[in-house]
Amino acid sequence: MADPETLSLLLERSIEEIRVCANLTVLDEIRVRLLGKKGLLTERLKSLGALAASERPVAGQKINEAKFALQGALESRRVALEEEALAATLAVGRIDVTLPGRGQEPGSMHPVTRTRLRIERIFAQAGFRIATGPEVEDDFHNFEALNIPQNHPARAMHDTFYFPDGRLLRTHTSPVQIRAMRLQKPPLAVIAPGRVYRCDSDMTHTPMFHQVEGLIVGETVSFANLKSMLHTFVEKFFERSLGMRLRPSYFPFTEPSAEVDIECVFCHGGGCRVCKQTGWLEVLGCGMIHPNVLAAAGIDAEQWQGYAFGMGIERLAMLRYGVDDLRLFFENDLRFLKQFP
Amino acid sequence: MKITHHWLRNYVPNCASAGDLAAQLTLAGLEVEALEPAAPPFSGVVVGEVLSCGPHPNAERLSVCSVTSDGTDRLQIVCGAPNVRAGLKVAVAMLGARLPGELTIKRAKLRGLESQGMLCSVRELGLGHEHDGILELPDDLALGRDLRAALDLDDTVLEVNATPNRGDCMSVFGIARDHVAARQRRYLQYACEPVDARRPRIFPVTVQAPAACPVFAGRLIQGIRTGVQSPLWLRERLRRVGIGSISPVVDVTNYVMIELGQPMHAYDAARLAGAIAVRPAAEGEKIILLDDKEYVLAGDFLVIADAAGPVGLAGIMGGRRTAIAAGTTEVFLEAAHFTPQALAGRARRLGLFTDAAQRFERGVDPELPALAIERATRLLIDIVGGEPGPIDIRGGSPGAEDRRVSLRRSRLARLLGSQVPDGEVRELLGALSPRVEEYAEGWTILVPTHRFDMAIEADLVEEVARLRGFDSIAEIPATGQQIAGVASEERVSQERLLHALIDRGYREVITYSFVDPGLQRLVFADTPALKLANPLSAELAEMRVSLWPGLLGTCRENLRRQQSRMRLCEIGRKFLLEGQDLCEVDTVAGIVTGSRSPEQWDSPRGEVDFYDLKADLDGILALTGDAASVSYRAEHLECLRPGRCARLWRQDRPIGWLGELHPRLVKLLELPSTPWLFEIELESGLSSNIINYKKISKFPSVRRDLALVVDEDVTFAQLRENVTVAAAGLLSDIVAFDVYRGPGIDSGRKSIALGLILQDSSRTLTEVDVDTVVTSVVERLRDVCSATIRDQ
Repeated sequence: MADPETLSLLLERSIEEIRVCANLTVLDEIRVRLLGKKGLLTERLKSLGALAASERPVAGQKINEAKFALQGALESRRVALEEEALAATLAVGRIDVTLPGRGQEPGSMHPVTRTRLRIERIFAQAGFRIATGPEVEDDFHNFEALNIPQNHPARAMHDTFYFPDGRLLRTHTSPVQIRAMRLQKPPLAVIAPGRVYRCDSDMTHTPMFHQVEGLIVGETVSFANLKSMLHTFVEKFFERSLGMRLRPSYFPFTEPSAEVDIECVFCHGGGCRVCKQTGWLEVLGCGMIHPNVLAAAGIDAEQWQGYAFGMGIERLAMLRYGVDDLRLFFENDLRFLKQFP
Repeated sequence: MKITHHWLRNYVPNCASAGDLAAQLTLAGLEVEALEPAAPPFSGVVVGEVLSCGPHPNAERLSVCSVTSDGTDRLQIVCGAPNVRAGLKVAVAMLGARLPGELTIKRAKLRGLESQGMLCSVRELGLGHEHDGILELPDDLALGRDLRAALDLDDTVLEVNATPNRGDCMSVFGIARDHVAARQRRYLQYACEPVDARRPRIFPVTVQAPAACPVFAGRLIQGIRTGVQSPLWLRERLRRVGIGSISPVVDVTNYVMIELGQPMHAYDAARLAGAIAVRPAAEGEKIILLDDKEYVLAGDFLVIADAAGPVGLAGIMGGRRTAIAAGTTEVFLEAAHFTPQALAGRARRLGLFTDAAQRFERGVDPELPALAIERATRLLIDIVGGEPGPIDIRGGSPGAEDRRVSLRRSRLARLLGSQVPDGEVRELLGALSPRVEEYAEGWTILVPTHRFDMAIEADLVEEVARLRGFDSIAEIPATGQQIAGVASEERVSQERLLHALIDRGYREVITYSFVDPGLQRLVFADTPALKLANPLSAELAEMRVSLWPGLLGTCRENLRRQQSRMRLCEIGRKFLLEGQDLCEVDTVAGIVTGSRSPEQWDSPRGEVDFYDLKADLDGILALTGDAASVSYRAEHLECLRPGRCARLWRQDRPIGWLGELHPRLVKLLELPSTPWLFEIELESGLSSNIINYKKISKFPSVRRDLALVVDEDVTFAQLRENVTVAAAGLLSDIVAFDVYRGPGIDSGRKSIALGLILQDSSRTLTEVDVDTVVTSVVERLRDVCSATIRDQ
């Protein structure tokens, strides 16, 4: 049997061996060789039984001390080696964070849709519901019911696309007014966004464009309410406080009728190229619903009254996003579309 | 129309400056679209007189003039104008004068002779384009007077846009009347001294269409001087409102139209063959008008005709045959009232757009003809002399048809949402009409004959609000309960759909609803399309029957713009003809071409294919909560490549298509890469079920993989269906995780690897349970689909 001197030698030698060990696998082999079930120290503990009872406590204590020392050395070496290994892994696992990512690039929403949805949300919050109507309309809904009889000079303002059978492409979203009023009993509040068509094409006109029509009918809905609603709308839309004025105008389906000007959003009313130095931008048409229109929709104009308004979506999109050419909206150039996430 | 500030000022006491006037008109509903100075800025030009004039010794075409600018000085001025002569009053640009175009007049030597100023032409002063001589000033202008003051050049031209309902504002006086009503709250009346007849002759007129022409006023003026030019003031006023000078007679009729709004016509009475009549045109009747063009008329036109045929198109334009000419000495003046109904749309049908037609269509005051004749006579005899006959008025008294409209106090307040004091309402109504009556509930006015737009109470509400100014009405938020509308859950909202596509990398486009019929025929040869009667161009001539023609066009344009990869989508309507019926179908469609994903350093390269788009479609169809009811069936559509397209069905309803564009079309459209297309109808495809929650099983699931070998024509759908049947309710999901063809598999066969996920909702499945299911699945697939287990 080995004596305590041998134990201290073993301990010294093993500690040195652990200190220089550079590999976790080898380290584990050392642990097994020393402290495993058949390890050198384990064997020594087992052999204590062969000693005299008086010698056992001292011998046992020494072996245990050696064992603790070895366990400590093994553990600290393991931690050190793992740290080294991790550091080595980190050293080689570096990536270029500036290289582009993988997968689809983001798409984009057409600015007209983006604008339309904003308009819809503002009016939805004010209690308006969305209504729709056909784009191929008849003369009655597009003109007659809106108080624009045959040969009315206002028809000359609408360059209408016709079909051989007399139907036409709606020139405004106003026919939806008639349809909504015939469908729902007052009180009602609807907006009708959609495509409209006019036989006209130049720098500032495209044969198709978009409008939002709005309509509210109640017993006391007044011109004062109309002004308030529209002022709220333009301020919400442009997200700032804006001067607004109503100019008397003429639409056959409203009386009184007004054009709505807002303080120029580019020059804040000081005068610039966009507002033609006037400080004002025309953005909307509106008015109190003409009694003839209420009558055409089967509504008693003595009991009910209301207001209607209409706006061009492209116009608002141009003002909001600084687009300076209407035609861009329908060229669908990817380089344009990409700018509207 | 154009008016000038100074012309208007004749009728408006204490008129505001031009800029303020423009703002006031605009806010009262007469939008001023432009303000321009009547003359460009210049200075140092005075009225002078040529005292003598002789040839330049060194230049054939130049004259040397002695000019005085104050009666005592003598300026030597070299002038090249052919009309320069002694005794002429001229516009002299003195030394130091600044003329338009940054020109400063300096002492100069012209061909050796000193010139101490310049005699100006119309063009040099920026007053017109004429440059064939110097401006000849009227003799009565005082020497030395600044030209700007002498010719009233510091005037401003206002371009006023009167809305179509305001025929009464198509004149200087009409605008003045409205302006005075709004700003000064009084009713302005036109005053004009009548001119007594000096000869008895009346030109015979019969009105055969009294409904269309209720008033016809005429007057013969004989013995007018020929060879006279209109005076400068008249030419200047016409120039400022955009009308060129033609002859004194024509200039006067134009002047009266601009001033009063009454279109007039002057005939050379010597050329009229006998009496004239106002009558409907004969169908197909022809006339050559003043524009030297021949027009073929329909029966609903009205003509003025003499014994030899029509001499004028009533209310639109006069005829060439009886036009005023240089030698005309006898003039027949016409001022008639033609009703809007008789004129509406007629000029437009002939492609004509005349000042007269524009006014008559909107409504001209039927009381005006006689006034206009008096005014024109006065102007005319002042310029060219002549002896007028009596005014001859045919037709009933135009004022006979009295129209009255009432305005209730309560209605005014309710519509405007604002109280207007009674006294103010009365005052405003009084400014609109000379006759206003008050009654218990409100007021009744006699509608003045010049107002064609006042028929109902709402019209008076508008007038009160307009004349007070819309600014006077406060903004009052609506009160009362409003029911917020909430979008139905039974339909996937277009917004959600769009977001889903955008998040999958699609760019939304908006294309025209009308398309190129040629392109549409290529893609959908047999689908009938609605054709426009008056397309803007041949390329935009029929309504789309699918969103694909527009998307293909957009794709092609962008490919031409050097974009190689795109994913485009559109939500819009297509227009389907079903017999006589038209269906407008809301549709979502897309086009995809180029690489599957953007070029990237690590992504596998590859062109987009069917399964990329299918994932996109499944993604949007999943929004319905009912994706399981959608099936893709291999069906044929002529524009898609056979074998690479599918029709989408939802239960037993077809909802759309997905496929590769037919190679034939790729070639015809000269596309550099092959596009894939999809289209889904929204109503049938994206209606949605209200979600009905199903309990989640508490028990674990088990997965078993099967590698099957089947014939090429056996589809995944068939396998899935049979697995579902055989698994008898225990199949919770099935995935195809590999498809293989090649070595080890017989030709005509393919290997499909399926992963079956099995689960029971009431217990944990045992090994035995799972084996039993797998055995029955394998047996069914063997029996029904001739499937074998791979490597067995």
